[in-house]
Amino acid sequence: MEEVKTMEKASDEAMDAVQYIVVKIGNEQYGINIQYIDNIVRNQRITRVPKAQSYYKGVINLRGEIIPVMSIRLKLGLEDDNYTDKTRIIIIKVDGATIGVIVDQVKEVVTLESTDIETVARSGSLVGSGYISAIGKSNDELISLLDIVALIEES
Amino acid sequence: MDVSQYLEIFIDESNEHLQSLSDQLMILEKEPENSDTINEIFRAAHSLKGMAGTMGYKRMQNLTHDMENVFSEVRNGNMKVTSDLVDVLFQCLDALEEYVNNIQETQDEGTNDNEPIIKALNAFIASENKDAAPAEEKQEQQAESAPAEKLQADEHGISMELADFEKNAVNEALKKGMHVYEIKVTVDENCILKAARAFLVFKNLEGHGDIIKSDPSVQDIEDEKFDFDFQIVILTEESFDDIIKIIKNVSEIKDADGEEITKAFPEEKTEEEPKEEKTEEKAKQASKAQSSNDKKDANGSKKPAGAKQQAANSKAKPVGHTVRVDIEKLDVLMNLVSELIIAKNGLVSASSEEGSESINQSFNEQIEYLERVTTNLHESVMKVRMMPIESVVSKFPRMIRDLSKKLDKKMELYMSGEDTELDRTVIDEIGDPLMHLLRNSADHGLESAEVRKERGKSEVGSIFLDAYQDGNNVVIEVRDDGNGIDIEKVKSKAIEKGNITEEQAAIMSDKEVIDLLFKPSFSTSDKVTDVSGRGVGLDVVKSKIEALGGDVEVKSVYGEGSTFIIRLPLTLAIIQALMVKLGDEKYAISLGSIQTIEDIPVSEIKYVHAKEVIHLRGNVIPLIRLRELLDVPGEQEEQENITVVIVSKGDKQAGLVVDSLIGQMEIVIKSLGKYININKMISGATILGDGSVALIIDANTLV
Repeated sequence: MEEVKTMEKASDEAMDAVQYIVVKIGNEQYGINIQYIDNIVRNQRITRVPKAQSYYKGVINLRGEIIPVMSIRLKLGLEDDNYTDKTRIIIIKVDGATIGVIVDQVKEVVTLESTDIETVARSGSLVGSGYISAIGKSNDELISLLDIVALIEES
Repeated sequence: MDVSQYLEIFIDESNEHLQSLSDQLMILEKEPENSDTINEIFRAAHSLKGMAGTMGYKRMQNLTHDMENVFSEVRNGNMKVTSDLVDVLFQCLDALEEYVNNIQETQDEGTNDNEPIIKALNAFIASENKDAAPAEEKQEQQAESAPAEKLQADEHGISMELADFEKNAVNEALKKGMHVYEIKVTVDENCILKAARAFLVFKNLEGHGDIIKSDPSVQDIEDEKFDFDFQIVILTEESFDDIIKIIKNVSEIKDADGEEITKAFPEEKTEEEPKEEKTEEKAKQASKAQSSNDKKDANGSKKPAGAKQQAANSKAKPVGHTVRVDIEKLDVLMNLVSELIIAKNGLVSASSEEGSESINQSFNEQIEYLERVTTNLHESVMKVRMMPIESVVSKFPRMIRDLSKKLDKKMELYMSGEDTELDRTVIDEIGDPLMHLLRNSADHGLESAEVRKERGKSEVGSIFLDAYQDGNNVVIEVRDDGNGIDIEKVKSKAIEKGNITEEQAAIMSDKEVIDLLFKPSFSTSDKVTDVSGRGVGLDVVKSKIEALGGDVEVKSVYGEGSTFIIRLPLTLAIIQALMVKLGDEKYAISLGSIQTIEDIPVSEIKYVHAKEVIHLRGNVIPLIRLRELLDVPGEQEEQENITVVIVSKGDKQAGLVVDSLIGQMEIVIKSLGKYININKMISGATILGDGSVALIIDANTLV
């Protein structure tokens, strides 16, 4: 309970409206806080890195910088990516480091008021729920808001 | 006076002087009668004192002043150089270094008066000679000569401060019967191009006399860094009125006025003459020292290092023109060069992809030209970033001397290859690891005098520090002729500490045992000393050197000594590489570690301990199948011949089996970031001409 309280408090403080980019992975919608997003690029040739963590697909060249690319599917314990022409790599900046995250599709940008956001208890029942910080509601649809820092920092 | 702008110069020069003092003191201790060295020391101490005084660092000035007194006594032959005296002087250097460090960090010298050291110094003087007092007074006078000069200047009605050579020029002119005028020129306040007007004044006066001084300086005037007036001192044969007229002829000059200087500056006998004498004397002594050194050399000198250093010192060093540049600016330059090379690689690959008809000859020529330019540009930028390793190792002789006293072991440090150059970033980091290794050699490596005698070695232990370039690597070896590593002792210690079990110990190779030394918190020394033995040495050394992209290797023979070999990459950013193909993937291997490339029939592969090897010109070389090592997807087709890239590290070799070769390429090394785990054998990535990414294989980790 203590945790829920502090989280509510935190989201109260963090202003009322936050923008999220809604992406599709499988049949579910996930939201990524826009403040971490540097860029969204089309899927491109990924160079495999031997002996890296299995959820890292490899590295890409983004305007002369080498960026590691992570499969969010593998990280969340879903089946492997199936690249289509809707596949995108979302370039995320955390702590001065840049990382790419592969998603099936990028849908839209939504603005969520704090009243639209419900915190979730971190139960182990949902797959990959450890990386979900809250659930957002927009147009009667549910969006799982990703805890992007936890997703990237934990190895 | 605002001195902040000089602070950097002050710190740099102070450090230089301190280093030179330290070097010379080492020599002096061995050759107490070497007057050349004493003069050198005196000069460095004097400059330090002057600089500290100018910058207003009183404590530093006081300490150097007292040091100078001692040196002056030594120089005058009133005092003998003893080991105790050198000890105290080294303490002084440490104290001075502390001042300089404080100044560097806080712009303040700190509050430590270092009275015990000053007292010790004075005690030396007092015990040696009572004549010290007048000498001291003389020093005092010299120190005060700067303000005194100003006073003299005032007497002469010149409001500007003149440097010595300018005063001499004035005196010369007066002797020749020329006139000396100090003139104040005022420019019209509505004048737009002040600098241009001032320039005209200078130009018009040029034909009529010599302007020896201006305030502000000519440079500042050219840059318009003056209000509406400036002053000049001119030596001329023409009358005052004529000169004023010439100046006023320039339009928009409002006024010009001044006065004639008729009185010559007093010749500074006290300052000038002895100085000249001194230099003469010094030159004589230098040549004497030189010849005596030569003689010594011929007799098979015992101290080649010392003699060499002296010879180098007495020769005037040619000083090149230098500019101090912020390392960040160089980084930017380096990044731009990297970009340029990537762009060039893009062009190269575009030109080879297109149909041969569409590309005309001149296009290819231009690409080749561009290639040449970028390679040269890269080399020059790299060279700018290179520094001789000397700046790091020069403090080690002093350290070994201190260790020798502290540990009560006789030892000597021999260094070679101090001029070997390394990237600036590496230079900054390499000092600590080297220091650890040297301390290690001194403390653990060298035996006590009794043991050495028993083993038939010279009582004085030797530690060697050798640096040299080896292909794309710089190798630094720290070697001692001491005890060597006692494999059994390391084993039993490791078992005792629970690092390994007895069964493990029984089957471990010597190399694996030595590797235990690099584990955190492992020390075989029975007692913890100030110097080492806490076990926080070798693992730090290893991690630091690996962070720089290098590695450490140990060779040791029990009873004869050990050698620590540090191998560092010469460049950090751009290398020449061989591009190879494995399945669909491309990899780069640094050209520096490649020896040859061989086509080997499959039938010639032999097996030793169930491992593949080949015989090549009398060497047995283990094969490494890169496809398997790097988990490359897909199967390799059956082939009659395999392509083997022979790589070497030191005297070891390995053969890397690849699918095919692409060619040689200049590549820019980029990091993969901190989140993705990369194996040690991947040293980075690079961007190819077509924009794709290729990984770089660090062959050193495979051998």
